[in-house]
Amino acid sequence: MRHAMFAMAGCALVATAAAAQGIPSLTHERYTLDNGLTVILHEDRSTPMVAVNVWYHVGSADEQPGRTGFAHLFEHVMFMGSQHVPVGAFDQWLEAAGANNNGSTSQDRTNYFEWMPSNALPLALWLEADRMGWLLPTMDQAKLDVQRDVVKNERRQRVDNVPYGRAFETMLGAVFPAGHPYSWPTIGSMADLSAASLDDVTQFFRTYYAPNNATLAIAGDFDRDSVKVWVQRYFGEIPRGPAMPARPSLKEVTIPRDTFLVLEDKVQLPRLYYAWPSVKLFHADDASLDLLAYVLAGDKNSRLYKRLVYEMQVAQDVTAFQMSGREGMFMVSVTPKPGQTPARMAQLVNEEIRKLSSQAVSDRELARAQNSYRAQFLDRLASVNGKADQLNSYNYYAGTPDYVRQDAARYDAVTAADIQRVVRDYLGKPKVVLTVVPEGKPDLMVKEMGDVRIP
Amino acid sequence: MSGFRNCLTAAILGGVLGACAQAPTPEPVPAPVTPPVAVAADTPRAPAFDRTKPPALGALGRLTLPPVTRRQLENGLEVLVVEHHELPLVDMILVVKTGGEGDPANKAGVATLTASMLDEGAGRRSSLDIADQEAFLGVQVGTGSGWDQSIVSLHAPVAVLDSAMALFADVALRPTFPVSDLERLRKERLTDLLQLKDRAPQIADRAYASILYGERHPYGRPLTGTEASTRAIARADIQRFYQTYYRPNNATLIVVGDVTADDVERRVRTLFGSWARGNVPAPRYTDPPAGLATAIYLIDKPGAPQSSVRIGSVGVPRSTDDYFAIQVMNTILGGAFTSRLMTNLRETHGYTYGASSGFSMRRSAGPFTARAEVVGAKSDSSLIEFMKELRAIREAVPETELEKAKAYLQLQLPGEFETTGDIANQLVPVVLYGLPLDYYNSYVQRIEEVTVADVQRVAERYVDPSKLAVVVVGDRKAIEAGLRSLNLGEISIRDITGQPIR
Repeated sequence: MRHAMFAMAGCALVATAAAAQGIPSLTHERYTLDNGLTVILHEDRSTPMVAVNVWYHVGSADEQPGRTGFAHLFEHVMFMGSQHVPVGAFDQWLEAAGANNNGSTSQDRTNYFEWMPSNALPLALWLEADRMGWLLPTMDQAKLDVQRDVVKNERRQRVDNVPYGRAFETMLGAVFPAGHPYSWPTIGSMADLSAASLDDVTQFFRTYYAPNNATLAIAGDFDRDSVKVWVQRYFGEIPRGPAMPARPSLKEVTIPRDTFLVLEDKVQLPRLYYAWPSVKLFHADDASLDLLAYVLAGDKNSRLYKRLVYEMQVAQDVTAFQMSGREGMFMVSVTPKPGQTPARMAQLVNEEIRKLSSQAVSDRELARAQNSYRAQFLDRLASVNGKADQLNSYNYYAGTPDYVRQDAARYDAVTAADIQRVVRDYLGKPKVVLTVVPEGKPDLMVKEMGDVRIP
Repeated sequence: MSGFRNCLTAAILGGVLGACAQAPTPEPVPAPVTPPVAVAADTPRAPAFDRTKPPALGALGRLTLPPVTRRQLENGLEVLVVEHHELPLVDMILVVKTGGEGDPANKAGVATLTASMLDEGAGRRSSLDIADQEAFLGVQVGTGSGWDQSIVSLHAPVAVLDSAMALFADVALRPTFPVSDLERLRKERLTDLLQLKDRAPQIADRAYASILYGERHPYGRPLTGTEASTRAIARADIQRFYQTYYRPNNATLIVVGDVTADDVERRVRTLFGSWARGNVPAPRYTDPPAGLATAIYLIDKPGAPQSSVRIGSVGVPRSTDDYFAIQVMNTILGGAFTSRLMTNLRETHGYTYGASSGFSMRRSAGPFTARAEVVGAKSDSSLIEFMKELRAIREAVPETELEKAKAYLQLQLPGEFETTGDIANQLVPVVLYGLPLDYYNSYVQRIEEVTVADVQRVAERYVDPSKLAVVVVGDRKAIEAGLRSLNLGEISIRDITGQPIR
């Protein structure tokens, strides 16, 4: 993420509620320019606002070993001006027009977006076109160096100066084998950030930042004919780039046996993490794993929350999460209350997982998970900014921009038997068990699982 | 993913900064105004154009906000309704006009704990029943308290509005405050306070408030309490707070979404009509202490790779006549991405991922704060740049910078009224601070009237480099010598609550 201070509140997207049948389709027009740029238009005249959202189909999983964090560092450099946009002017011109903007990088893609009063649309399109076509002529070492420092501070602020901040990257490195493109974190390592060179910027741009590797979504209040003219005018003469390098096909990730790790950190309380290799987004079991995460830790009545936090009060917090992109990982975490041990937490978590594998969840439990999980779909359509990103996301991962109803329907289709099956198929397999412990207390590490056979 | 409930509450409380409702018609873009060129869609190739110049902007679209309908029940409950029929959703916020300011002096945290307890048992429903119903309906009920208000919110599809409102009304009107749930939350809070020691930015926020306001002003005490106050709060304190302040004549219900005003009124009469009035004491703020000479308060966080910096002083209440001038001044100083603090500390020097400033305006004078998380090795250099900007903002700002800041503020408006949740949140300050329902009709004009002289006047008045509290939470061993060499003022070493170390 390029900056946090003035971005949309990230959590607003998670907020919630809807009944699946009320989800409207995202009517759109999709077309491709001669240079390969895919354009997706969705009109919504309800507010005089418009959102521009560009996805480049490159992310941290495309990085080379020794250059982790580069895709995200490059995202930052994209805001430093281009041939016709002096340093600083990108933001100044947009703000003067009442626009906000930001960008973000994941393993799979990098996005850039502006949302603004609808009259500022041509400005945003022109700015996006300039950095897509004319970034390099004014690129220099100073632009790279200052953003390198900014990104190192982003890493400090999000990872190094945050309790348990290094747990996630530690688990990625343990679940995915060395060299696997998901084995390093998107933010990268300090050493690799230091090593990034101006030549890397040039090569990366020439390889990945081509119109044929990008999609441009525009959602909101606009006149379709005018927009098509602007898009052609600003983006049309950007030359098509070379074919994208083939992404290595990802082999199924398996962990031969339970792997136990310990990480000392400046924390008052230890925390226990489990991570299993799982499945990618839209895999047949992806929605079932999302609902399993909810059943485990989604609300007060969820299995782990109710037993460990609410009833026994031996844990301060619990989480469960199915992370899925082009790869997937399922995670659980528990923070014991003062005086409780990670080993005890492991025993309780194992008991709950075993119960879920031997007996189906109740109808009510399933309904709670389905209704809550599905509830967020309407909310993603409430703002033009959210809609533009949805169009690009579905276009990329599902092959069509209008996939919101099909996406929601996945959750309706999950049965109690599906949840029981994914517990056995995924949580029954070997995993990574990480204990984050207060400095000097490595003895709190969970070193073995005891009897955790899943029937 | 779990844990989103806290997020929602935070978003709602965080929204209490802007203000409110009805038909603004902004017309002030500084850029040259040329209507967009309309060309037939089948034009194969756009005509030649000059790529070296940014395109001129078209005429600004008119934002017509649906009007706010005001109703009032016999018991004094005010109801504001905004119809918004884009999606089949409804957002409601019950605003109770008392928050942490109403905490007894030795029991900081009563307001927030009362709010947290509302959905731990209500009517015949247990804590788990409430959570079950919420999830089953696919709705969200949120509760929380700020300094000036306590809030119960509902976000729901209209399809389940009957059941959702019944749940909402139970939580707001019939909380049972079960002892066992109170003890559980107390334990959670005490554990949170233990974990606070791990989080430098939060340590800095708490210590900064304590140093600026001291023990005697409510703002000097943490909204969510201290260890001692959390242990001291009794169930009776929570019942008393609820009985005293959660009264219809001290509340407004904001409803925005796919509903009609008449239908809302009918439902609200049924559910809230028998809510009994009470004698609600007026807020009682003591004056904030006078600012002390600029000094550095250093809090040790051994090994921290960054330092959390908070710099500022007691600011102004929301009722200030200088509101608009301050908004413009702060936008230039640290309220936008292109602000001076962000440009200097991040984009020029790379010391931080983000630097900003803001005035927290409440019923009484909340703090003015400039802030950043800076790389430890540049703690001293960062303070030099902060001080440079805090001095420079007192000089006349260039006209172009003023115009950009004004346009930015004015043109944010449409985006702040996009969703049902946005609109409901924008009405909260209107309710709390007695702004007119058509407040936003004049917003653009009021910003437009701000001059270079106004900005300079409020900067001189409210940003005084000789009277700043400078709080730094970082690795003392690595940063203390650098901070001392700045000669900014006296340096005192404080504990994590901001108190002198004895």
